[in-house]
Amino acid sequence: MRKWKTIEEQIFKVISFLAAYSVIAILLFLLFVVFNKGIGALSWDTILKLPKGGYYFGGEGGILNAIIGSFYLSVGATVLAVFIGLPAALFINVQLIRMKRVQNTIRYLLDALWGIPSIVYGAFGFAVMLFFGLNASLLAGIITVALLITPILVRAFDEVLKTIPVELQEASFSLGSTRTETALKVLFKQGFAGFITALLLAFGRGIGDAASVLFTGGYTDNIPISLDEPVATLPLAIFFQLSSPIEEVRQRAYAAAVVLTIFILVISVSARLLSKRYSRNIIK
Amino acid sequence: MFTEKLFKQTNAYTKSKLKMSKADIEKPIIQIKGLSVKTHEGEILKSINLDIPRNKIVVLLGPSGCGKTTLLKSLNRLTDLHKELIVGGEVLIDGKDILKASQDLPIMRQKMGLLSQRPFPLPVSIYKNVSYGLKLKGVRNKKLIAHSVESNLKRVGLWDEVKDRLNNPANSLSIGQQQRLCLARGLAVKPTIILADEPTSALDPISTKTIENLFKELKEHYTIILVTHVLRQAVRLADHVVFMYYGDIIEQGHPDDILKNPQTEILKKYLIDGN
Repeated sequence: MRKWKTIEEQIFKVISFLAAYSVIAILLFLLFVVFNKGIGALSWDTILKLPKGGYYFGGEGGILNAIIGSFYLSVGATVLAVFIGLPAALFINVQLIRMKRVQNTIRYLLDALWGIPSIVYGAFGFAVMLFFGLNASLLAGIITVALLITPILVRAFDEVLKTIPVELQEASFSLGSTRTETALKVLFKQGFAGFITALLLAFGRGIGDAASVLFTGGYTDNIPISLDEPVATLPLAIFFQLSSPIEEVRQRAYAAAVVLTIFILVISVSARLLSKRYSRNIIK
Repeated sequence: MFTEKLFKQTNAYTKSKLKMSKADIEKPIIQIKGLSVKTHEGEILKSINLDIPRNKIVVLLGPSGCGKTTLLKSLNRLTDLHKELIVGGEVLIDGKDILKASQDLPIMRQKMGLLSQRPFPLPVSIYKNVSYGLKLKGVRNKKLIAHSVESNLKRVGLWDEVKDRLNNPANSLSIGQQQRLCLARGLAVKPTIILADEPTSALDPISTKTIENLFKELKEHYTIILVTHVLRQAVRLADHVVFMYYGDIIEQGHPDDILKNPQTEILKKYLIDGN
């Protein structure tokens, strides 16, 4: 019996080891392929120049349009999503604290929204755009990506707020705080590190999504100078340029993939560092 | 000018006490009349009637789940945070029913400092924890706030331990220090009642003794309602003991009467098991 338990323990250990390291291996393999293909094409010209002769056929120039476009679009969408998401999460956790059924219904709906594929958001944005007679533009892209990441952001903020002990709220209320004061002065500070992490992860989701901006953001060789101009993004730069018959253009697609991967890695590392830094005051 | 204002604020409570007639002082500070707390699953408090005497330590004693904490939280309406709780009856504090919706809840809650089982300092610095309630009350004078922070930290015996690190996070303190900080934070808003829900259950014996000694000193100016499981603590601190069982008050009175000469079988059994 004892021997069998030891064998069982060893089998479980091996399975866990293989599962954990296979995930790391897949990630490393992905990074290797992307960097191997793209690093050769990555140069200052690629990063700092706009494509010449069209993004599909023009072999010269770079992906600056997509880098700046992605940045504009993700920052715009994240800011918009935060303006909706943070009050929404605070509302669910502070104002609706006594209404568990309403809280749970809202959470269920947000989870359902989270699960909707981004192409559906793209199609929805496209329909709304047509309804209002708008063209594919930076504004339409920002709104669509904001719609995509808002449920993610609200639920991430919500999960952060849920971890805050109810006794902390009671402490604040017993000192004479109103619900709003408790939300802003206690819950917000307690959850700040988590909010930063959620924000950066939502930003990462926004910058990496192709389907939602396919119909709404359009694509262009230029950097938009107003909200009603089309915008290029890194995911679409990969998508369009990878199918080009021109080798240099395909190389540019891999360079875009490398830049996008570096962006995501930087965002992940920043999320961890900032979260650690702002955890200083958190009550555990 | 500043000293005068400070004097006015810090002595407001003492002055109001001096103005009280002997009859007023002897009147209970809290009168609980027919207080019931229910959920859809059953009753937590069964129409409780209780008078809390002024400037005494009143100990709520009883087994887990008997409704002590619910009773305590009903007094400053923290039960409002739980929709499933249906609260009925009256809780009169200095003659005003705090369960009536017309009461100004934040002001009413400031009259009652709360100490929970585990200390929950706010996620800010030590200094800001103590000044938090004052700022909510609209005090903006920095000197006044600094004075209040210092005097309340001194009052709970924490000043010497933290005076060089007031801007450090409150969570950098030990659990015992955090509990004293929470007490100082509560005292800064000048409550008249302190609600303490097993405040020493997470503390070591030395910190427990410090808190108990503080309570003995504070009862001169405050009414303290203490929930505890520890019989010895009740013996050490209580001026009045209320024994609760399944949402009901079974016996109450002076600790010598209640704990040494119990009248009911339930309390007798509780005391035997507890000892």
